[in-house]
Parts: sequence; structure tokens; C-alpha cells
Amino acid sequence: MAEKEVIIELKDVHKTFGSRNVLRGVSLQVYKGETLVIMGGSGCGKSTVLRHMVGSIRPDSGSVFMKGHNLSELNEDGLDKLRKKFGILFQSGALLDSLNVKENVSMPLREHTKLDENIINIMVKMKLELVGLRGFEDLMPAQLSGGMKKRVGLARAIVMDPEIIFYDEPTAGLDPIVAGVIDKLIIDLRTKLQITSVVVTHDMNSVFRIADRIAMLHEGKILQVGTKAEFRNTPDPMAKQFVNGEPEGPINFFMSSDDYLEELTK
Amino acid sequence: MKNIFESIGGVVLGTGRRIIAVLALLFDILYWIFVGPFRKKAPKREGIFEQMLFVGVKSLLIVFFVALFTGIVIAMQTAPQLQSLGAVIYVAGLVAVSITRELGPVLTGLVIAGRVGASIAAELGTMKVTEQVEALEGMAFNPIRFLVVPRFLALVIMLPCLTILADAVGIFGGYLIGVFNLKINPALYMDTTFRFLTTKDVVTGIVKSFVFGAIIALIGCYYGLNTSGGAEGVGKSTTVSIVTSFILIILADCVLTAVFFFTNV
Repeated sequence: MAEKEVIIELKDVHKTFGSRNVLRGVSLQVYKGETLVIMGGSGCGKSTVLRHMVGSIRPDSGSVFMKGHNLSELNEDGLDKLRKKFGILFQSGALLDSLNVKENVSMPLREHTKLDENIINIMVKMKLELVGLRGFEDLMPAQLSGGMKKRVGLARAIVMDPEIIFYDEPTAGLDPIVAGVIDKLIIDLRTKLQITSVVVTHDMNSVFRIADRIAMLHEGKILQVGTKAEFRNTPDPMAKQFVNGEPEGPINFFMSSDDYLEELTK
Repeated sequence: MKNIFESIGGVVLGTGRRIIAVLALLFDILYWIFVGPFRKKAPKREGIFEQMLFVGVKSLLIVFFVALFTGIVIAMQTAPQLQSLGAVIYVAGLVAVSITRELGPVLTGLVIAGRVGASIAAELGTMKVTEQVEALEGMAFNPIRFLVVPRFLALVIMLPCLTILADAVGIFGGYLIGVFNLKINPALYMDTTFRFLTTKDVVTGIVKSFVFGAIIALIGCYYGLNTSGGAEGVGKSTTVSIVTSFILIILADCVLTAVFFFTNV
């Protein structure tokens, strides 16, 4: 682990949506073959960081590098070339409603490869088997539960055998067993195929199962980056509060900065 | 005082920005239609056919319904006046010309804007708010090429076709009144129809419907792809897209009629 190759790098990324300053200078490195978990409270900009990494939004200032390419300077073709090398699992699965499970999973193959129909069928079956949904090929997304949609979305994300996979809350809303299966899948993909994974989540069970390194985001900045052990025994009061899920602590649960009494009697 | 100017300025700026965005979308679509195939990225044929089926074949009934009754109404409305002049046979020419030049393309355009334009805005809007559009981009699919171009092509091809059929059905509506109510000889009715009807009437109507098709597709796709804010946002996009399409169709109708009128095409 001495020589670690940086595959994704964020350098001082700032992003503002309207009047909300979501990212205030995020710098982060992802190494090849590792599983990096980005965690943080709701609305702290986790998903925004992920969207920057996949090039779907561009930073106001700062830059994002993937495999040495600056994403802001790539044109659409260059970006598409990179996109074929990574898979994304969206929060809701983001399956196309008009296509059935098999068509959804096989979409990238049909578009970007010239594989024979039989091979595509076999690959779809294999990926669906991995997520435990073989035999569901002909169902429409509307007939699936939320968790099943997410699993089909995962099958689609890995169907092109990508080098990097991005997961946006892979276990949120799943029952513990399925969440465990998904976690195991993420670990397997890393250990067997050396796939790099970037996972956005706030499911602490999952974090401590899958992570090689953890980055904690708070108010648009990286609070701490470290290994699981470092986070378990963290001296930082904010990280500690988050890891243990304590209601009281330096991170204020109340979003409003106005004084409560003052606002009530206004 | 300043506030009035501010809000007027805001509206003007917003409208200007939207016009530029819609034109940019049009440019993108044309790029994918004409340049895309040379880069081995032609729009998928199955997608276009699927949309053509929805836009064209499945709209036939409602288009026929509207056209038939419009023809009947024009004949009934004009017959008494013409009868008092003893020129009831001219009902045939009046129905034919007003249907092919104006009512056929415009009413078909409005019906399709309500049926297809709304469904495009709602479908793309839903795809946008449920991350499906982003997922497409993430899989290196261009959403314009994959979602917008098939809908655009289907509309600019099928709306003129529907208009031609609507013209025929509308004339048939007038024929029903002329022959069965006004007791005009059927052969004479058809003869009069074709005596008044020129190629120009039909062609200008088809040119109009081509433009209307482009408007419906552009507006539906633009508002669909720019949807935000969940289910409420989808509803809003759908409404705005229909209203905008209606206004633009009427506006384009006026402009095109003026062009045909003043240039004597």
C-alpha cells in the first residue's frame, strides 16, 4: 500500500446553488482500488460532492480530476469516454420507467458495445444474479419495490464492468438483510475485481463494514479523513457525535440560527 | 415606480433567456439529426417509430373527431348567409379553403399540443425529477439524442400527416351537411370543392403544421427537461408547456399567414 495511485482528486471545490453555499472548499483524493465512504449529515453536500466526481455538475471554482483529466476542461465526448468506465448507483435506482428490468440493465451494453444478443442476455442474467434478482427480467420498474429498484440499478451500474463505481446511499431504505447483501457486494467488487468505490451514506453499520477510508463532510468542508479505526477513536467532538449518533453535541440539529425565544415572540 | 420597471425587466430578461435556451435546444436537435449520423450516433429508429405511433396513429381518433365536427359547423354556420344570396353551392369552396388553410392545421396542432405536448413535458419532467435523465448522462447517453430527437422527429413528421387527414375529414364534414341537409348534388359538391381548392391552400397548411410540430416538441421537451421540484414541478411544467405551445402556435399561425399573404407564395 506504499504507492497509492490517485484516481479521483478534488481540489478546493466550491459550489453555490442560488443563495446556498453548499461546498466551501472540498479537497479529497480517492485512491485506486479502495472504498472511500463520504459521510455526513443530511444536506451537508455529500451528494453534491458525488455529482462533481461524475461530472454531472461543474464546480464554481476549484477542479475535479479523474484519471488525470480535468473534468471541467473535457468536452462532451471526452466526458462520455470516461463515463463508460464508471458506474453510478442512484438513490432511487433511477431506472427508466418505460423499459423493463432486462432492457434497463442491458442499455449500456447495447449502446456502447457491439456484443451479440446472446452474450448480452447472459451478462444481464449474471449481473441480476449478483443482486439476487434473476428471473425478474420481464418486470417493469413500476412493479418493483424501492429496494428491488435499487438492486436493479446496481446491476445496471456494474454491467459494463466499470473501474469505478459511485454509490449514492446504497443501503438507505433497504431491510437489514438486503443492506448486508449490498455491502457484501461492494466489498466483493473491491477484493475480487479491485474496483474503486465511492460511497455516499450515513448508515453507520454500512460505513464500518465497507470502508477502507472515511471522509466526513460537515457544512461544505471535509472535517476529517481517516480509517475506520481512526474514526472509532476519534478525538474530534463533531465526528464522534456523528459516529455515535448522539443528539447532543457540537453539531446543532436545529438548522435555524435565529434565537428560538426571539422568533416566537417576534 | 422602480419596482414596476424591475418586474418588467425581470420578465423580459427571463423570457429572453428562455428563448435563447429553446433556440439552443433546437440547434442541439438539428446537430443530432444532421451531424450525429456521420459520427455513428444516429438516433435510434425504434425510438422514433414508437413516438410516431404515439403521436400519429393513436391521435387519429381525436383529430378526426375535431376535424369532422369543425367541417360540419362551418357548413351550418355559412349556409344560411349563402342561401340568402342564392349561392349555397359555395359552401363547398368555403369549407374546403378554410379547413385546409387554417382550421385543419391549427386545430390539429392545438389538439396534439394538448395530447402529445403535455405528455412529453410530463414524461420528461418525471424522468428529470427522478434522476433518470442524470442516470442517462451518467451512462454516457446524450439525453437530447436519446429522448428529445425521437420526439421532435415524430412530431414534425406526423403532424403534417395528421393535418392532411384532418383536411380530408373536415371537407367530408362539410359534405355531409351540403349533401344531406342542403340537398346539393354530391358530384357537384365535390366538383366545387376541387374548383376552389388550390395546391397552395393545402401546401401552406402543411407548412404551418410542420412548424407547429416543431413548436410542440421544442416546448414540451424544454419544459420537461427543465423541471425541478418533484410532483408539483412536473404539474407546473406540463401546464406551462401547454399554455406556451398554444400561444406560440397561434402566433406562428399569424406570422406564417402574413408571410403567405404578403409574399403571394
